[in-house]
Amino acid sequence: MSLLQIEELDVRYGALIAVRSVSLAIDEGTTVALVGANGAGKTTLLRAIAGAHRPSSGTVRFDGADVTNVAAHRRVQLGIALVPEGRHLFPGLTVEENLRAAAGKGRAGSWNLDTVMDAFPILRPIARRRASALSGGEQQATAIGRALMSNPRLLLLDEVSLGLAPQAVDAVYQSLTALMASGAATVVLVEQDLRRAMSASSRVICMLEGKLILDGPSTGLSRDDITDAYFGLRRQASAVS
Amino acid sequence: MALAGVRVERWTRGSVLRSGIIALAIAGLFAVPTLFEPDITQRLTGLWILVLMGAMWNALAGYGGLVSVGQQAFIGVGAYATIYLTHAGIEGYTAMALAIGVTAVLALATSFLVLRLRGGEFAIAMWVVAEVFRQVVSFDSSVGGGTGISLTALNVYGPDYSRAFTYWWALAAMTIGLVVLFLLLRSRSGAALQAIRDDQTAAASLGVRVQTNKRIVFVLTSTGCGAAGAAILANQLFIQPNSIFSVQWTAMMIFMVIVGGLGTFEGPVLGAAILFALQTQFGDGGVWYFVGLGTSAMLFALFLPRGIWGTIADRFDLKLAPIGYWVRGSALPQAASPVPDANDEGRERSDEVMK
Amino acid sequence: MIWVNALVAGVLLGGLYALFACGLSLMYGVMGIINLAHGDLAVLGAYLVFVLSSALGIPPFVALPGAVILMGGLGYILQRTMLERSLKAGPLVPLLTTFGLAIVIQNLLLQIFTSDSRSLDAGALTTASIQITEITIPLLGIVIFLVAICLLGGLQLFLARTSLGRSMQATAQDSDTAELIGIDSKQMYALATAIAVGTVTIAGTFFAMRSSFGPLSGPSQLIFAFETVVIGGIGSLWGTLVGGIVLGVAQTVGAQINPQSSILAGNLVFLTVLIVRNSRAFGRAGR
Repeated sequence: MSLLQIEELDVRYGALIAVRSVSLAIDEGTTVALVGANGAGKTTLLRAIAGAHRPSSGTVRFDGADVTNVAAHRRVQLGIALVPEGRHLFPGLTVEENLRAAAGKGRAGSWNLDTVMDAFPILRPIARRRASALSGGEQQATAIGRALMSNPRLLLLDEVSLGLAPQAVDAVYQSLTALMASGAATVVLVEQDLRRAMSASSRVICMLEGKLILDGPSTGLSRDDITDAYFGLRRQASAVS
Repeated sequence: MALAGVRVERWTRGSVLRSGIIALAIAGLFAVPTLFEPDITQRLTGLWILVLMGAMWNALAGYGGLVSVGQQAFIGVGAYATIYLTHAGIEGYTAMALAIGVTAVLALATSFLVLRLRGGEFAIAMWVVAEVFRQVVSFDSSVGGGTGISLTALNVYGPDYSRAFTYWWALAAMTIGLVVLFLLLRSRSGAALQAIRDDQTAAASLGVRVQTNKRIVFVLTSTGCGAAGAAILANQLFIQPNSIFSVQWTAMMIFMVIVGGLGTFEGPVLGAAILFALQTQFGDGGVWYFVGLGTSAMLFALFLPRGIWGTIADRFDLKLAPIGYWVRGSALPQAASPVPDANDEGRERSDEVMK
Repeated sequence: MIWVNALVAGVLLGGLYALFACGLSLMYGVMGIINLAHGDLAVLGAYLVFVLSSALGIPPFVALPGAVILMGGLGYILQRTMLERSLKAGPLVPLLTTFGLAIVIQNLLLQIFTSDSRSLDAGALTTASIQITEITIPLLGIVIFLVAICLLGGLQLFLARTSLGRSMQATAQDSDTAELIGIDSKQMYALATAIAVGTVTIAGTFFAMRSSFGPLSGPSQLIFAFETVVIGGIGSLWGTLVGGIVLGVAQTVGAQINPQSSILAGNLVFLTVLIVRNSRAFGRAGR
């Protein structure tokens, strides 16, 4: 049984349909890259999984249980954590306070203040700095660390590299790959950089205008396959389970 | 920049007809003093005052996005300016008209003080302004200080004639006030205001002059309250600082707007009619009357935030006053569809930008 | 010397205003709501102390803790039933619902207690004072000021050092993201309201000991509380003490000039602060 199972999910903003009849299953321990142009529905899908946005129809199942109508903060207790696009750190709190704010709200596990700071070495020296005074890379590390504090089984990462300098992205991915390779967490990664997306993940899913149009193993797909799907040049779904 | 085959219309046949009927009805209302007893005339004067106040508060909050808990400041200014002017020897009804000008000037001055504030800060700052006006007037013994003062300038007409004149003055003030609001909402300022109300930053980035437009609606609506204040004075013939500057006027305006429909043109008129009916029926009920008003306002705010008219208008897509636009044309894929307009405020708003 | 006495009285009055203001500031900071029923809730709290004290035959100070807990519970219920719904409907609606609530509270109190004014018995504290050379310092004023400092300090510690306080700060700064890390924002809002209503009960009780009160005393206290928050700087807890002192001194000094104009003096200081603040902003904000 898959850790995450989505069936015929429809998510709307008023009259606008952002996610159309999406069905998807993700097994535990895998890393999935979710790609697609801006406005394709990736963020909306992640938010619906995390509980930040109620779908208008369809179901989300986590570890077999129907969580479609479960509030976001409760999903954290179940083991779902979202690192939102744009980081959204608490601006008036320090790095350490941002991390502590997420403590004790999730499950028991190996992630705590110390181990998170070990995984992201740039955090320790800036622990007392206000979040509003951090650089992009520092913010991203804090945001990911904050999500890890709840010891999630499913980690959702939305546009980790957005607005970051290349070296900062490298640093973040370095810490991430260790995490993802260990297989301890299941990761869904929204990423604009196709090269990174493909190398970091075992499976690539492409969205276009709210629908899934491509789904396959990263090794089995070429860059052209994905780019075509990304821009809607081949409108056929393949291997969507 | 007209598209071939597409026209934009402001008036439809239906709205011309409806507007014509309204104009006739108002013309008919002018005949009331000649047909009915002075008592009824005086009561109806109170109704026109309510409509005027309700429409003004609605324009400020529903279209300007400025919730003020202190518009009684200008109601009081309108009333007391009239008193001061009559003391200077000016005739009663002329003084009332001039008092409107005084209110406009004071409103303009106040706008520079309060318009940079938002939300609740603006609301209470206006209340403090009202309190300051009240306190200043209370110190002036030439207008009776805290005890209050009578308007004697209308005595020269005798009670029956003055009631009729006051009725016509109030009805005219209400009509002019509604027409001015109507024109404002149909103008570029009207569109600008709705843009500001929906997203101030986005509107500013499009070149909308945010402060100027806010100032226009603030001064216009406050001036309208001044006119209402002058009419209240003429209708009651006696005022006190504590009552004319009382926050109860705001309570009434809030009730009318919230029950009738915030952000709709017709809503406050309906709300005024309802309040008027309640006042006539229960006005002497004291405490329980106000408890009822307060509870109704809360319940409406929570469960029927679009008000009675607003909910009906949404359901059946009704409009009496043609404020919006209709886009018609053969070049369009569908038949004429109404562009979202003044009456669409507050409809399901998405919480965040779609990604 | 009367000026020094006025100054001292004003500073101590600032403590009372800070007590009124901290709840208002908390609700505004966490939820963005200006609770127009804030003053009336203080009066309600004072009446509750009065009722408990008379019914149980205990002095008001002893009845106070129980009243604070009861009122805190009322605040929690208010938030979860009425205000939570109001928040969803947009920025205008909470102003309208709290205004309606204020009217209901005032008139229900009028109905139950009539318009008679009364005051709470502070026992020996009511008239006791310390004499330093020619300066008279009322003891009750000192007690109020000290309570204010303790309360503000306690709140500050709570927010900065406890897990719950951190959660509340997080919710105040970004409630959407707070939900994403496991914080129940609705609970946080309810807690903030409970604290606000509990603290304003303390303020109302002290107010009722200092002077007489009646069912319609609420709105003026709301205005003072709000002026205090604005003068001291929105978002700053200790700022409410500064703001309270400025307002208190303005009022007591104003009273020396003319007894009728003490409130007017406070209002004018408030408006002046607004003008000064806005003119500094004049340069940066565009048209």
